[in-house]
Amino acid sequence: MTTVDTRWTVTVDRDACIGTGVCAGAAPRQIEIRAGKASALAPETAPDEAVIDAADMCPMSAITVRDAASGALLAPEE
Amino acid sequence: MTIDQEIRKYPFSEAPGIDIDPVYGLLRSTEPLARVQLPYGEVSWLATRYEDVKTVLTDPRFSRAAAQGKDQPRTREEMTYEGIIGLDPPDHTRLRKLAGKALTARRVNEMREGAQRIANEYVDEMIAKGSPGDLVELFALPYPITVICELLGVPFEDRAQFRIWTEGLTSTSEQLMVYAEQLFGYMGKLVAQRREQPTDDLLGALVKARDEGDRLTEQELLSIAGVGLLLTGVETVSTHIPNFVYALLTNPELMAQLRADRSLVPAAVEELLRMIPLNPAAMFPRYAVEDIELSGITVRAGEPVLVSLPGANRDPEIFDNPETFDFTREQNPHVAFGHGPHHCLGAQLARMELQVALHTVLDRFPELSLADGDAGVSWKSGQLVRGPNKLLVAW
Ligand code: HEM
Ligand code: HEM
Ligand code: HEM
Ligand code: SF4
Repeated sequence: MTTVDTRWTVTVDRDACIGTGVCAGAAPRQIEIRAGKASALAPETAPDEAVIDAADMCPMSAITVRDAASGALLAPEE
Repeated sequence: MTIDQEIRKYPFSEAPGIDIDPVYGLLRSTEPLARVQLPYGEVSWLATRYEDVKTVLTDPRFSRAAAQGKDQPRTREEMTYEGIIGLDPPDHTRLRKLAGKALTARRVNEMREGAQRIANEYVDEMIAKGSPGDLVELFALPYPITVICELLGVPFEDRAQFRIWTEGLTSTSEQLMVYAEQLFGYMGKLVAQRREQPTDDLLGALVKARDEGDRLTEQELLSIAGVGLLLTGVETVSTHIPNFVYALLTNPELMAQLRADRSLVPAAVEELLRMIPLNPAAMFPRYAVEDIELSGITVRAGEPVLVSLPGANRDPEIFDNPETFDFTREQNPHVAFGHGPHHCLGAQLARMELQVALHTVLDRFPELSLADGDAGVSWKSGQLVRGPNKLLVAW
């Protein structure tokens, strides 16, 4: 995997989200709470461990992080 | 200017039963950022509006880590190692991720059946002993202790001893020191066993995390597992069960509504959480790391802010008829579990245990009442969490 142009997609299942704000605390540059639920600030981001943490910490497993090119699941851990 | 503001003694009065001091409502409308003096520590701000409370809990310019080493506003003289609640991201993230794994919605749902079985066992015993009985001693205490034992992987034969320690930890300070030491010792032993023989339970997972890659210090491990999850996991739920049952028994129309439509139980738990504070007094002040404005007042860098969750939970800007129980609210974005990075780690577990407890009480006691009116209820006093320590019920 080349690091230079690797991009990750961050999606939030807003039906599953219960609005704890935990994810936005862990990844404030990528995720915010909008109208009571989590929302990705941009559909894609540069790789950043913080979004993996956010997805792993979400109690509802509402956040999914994938490799943009391959679609491979990066988080949450199963 | 801030200097003119009256400095109020805090906590405010101990309102009776499950009520809260009306001064929170007053402050919310007239003095949203109040000045308060706790028994120990420096003067603090107290936020009572929902929006301000959320800002303090989520904005990274308000820090828990910056509180360490400060003369924090507090109710007890001594200050102790605070563990997870004393950290900011990213240090906080490291600890939280590990402990959080055991408590995901999926894991918690898998535990629901086990919790139901445990709840039924204690109610069986209670019914066998005969009416009336103390719901706290016979059900609300042993039930969450046993659930946490299963979660942590405490062997069955040690549970009686475990219960003595756990209950003791919430008693007087002297006894507490003895029990805390014994409990820490015991947890140390369980940890050592898991080093020899890895297990799948929560403690096993934490040990694995500690030993692979040194992600947890020994103190962190014991503080998360031993005291963190235990004290918080048991005392919180065991206090809210009698709070909730008391609220239903003293509001018969709510009890009748739930009996008539059991699908309301999850919403009822949320509404009971919103209305009944576990701890009416604010704790864990956040320290501003820059000047920040809240409700038109500038909080200076280095100043502490406490948030009132009960104040926020009754903010009329957010909740219609905020002072009324309503199990049919469409939206209930209460902050009884906090908000942001420190949002209660055990929230999903607590919700599940409380839902199971309410279902069990409704199922097994079709005609429940207070056995001796309010004379059969006594309330914890001088303690951190508030709720009945005795709730004599008849069926
Ligand atoms: C869930 C509801 C909780 C309630 C109602 C509660 C209540 C309290 C109160 C009122 C105090 C005394 C405050 C003071 O001395 O300033 C206290 C002390 C403490 N709590 Fe909590 N607490 C809760 C959760 C937690 C959690 C989740 C943790 C850590 C993981 C925690 C860790 C502590 C510690 C370390 C102290 C001692 C603080 C000191 O001596 O400075 N508490 N708790
Ligand atoms: C290591 C991490 C610790 C954590 C996470 C922790 C957590 C807590 C929590 C959640 C409470 C509130 C319990 C309740 O509401 O009944 C509490 C109360 C308390 N803790 Fe700790 N604690 C810790 C360490 C200690 C230590 C080392 C001491 C003593 C040296 C201590 C002394 C107390 C006392 C005296 C109370 C008040 C009990 C009462 O008045 O009801 N804590 N702690
Ligand atoms: C109805 C029951 C409960 C209520 C109302 C409650 C409430 C809260 C609140 C308000 C906080 C945030 C404190 C702050 O930000 O200052 C918190 C944090 C926490 N709670 Fe709970 N709690 C409950 C049950 C539990 C249970 C069952 C557990 C453990 C199994 C637990 C473990 C924790 C931990 C570890 C934290 C600290 C999280 C962190 O700092 O990241 N709580 N709780
Ligand atoms: S952590 Fe999960 S449930 Fe909480 S706000 Fe983020 S996405 Fe929603």
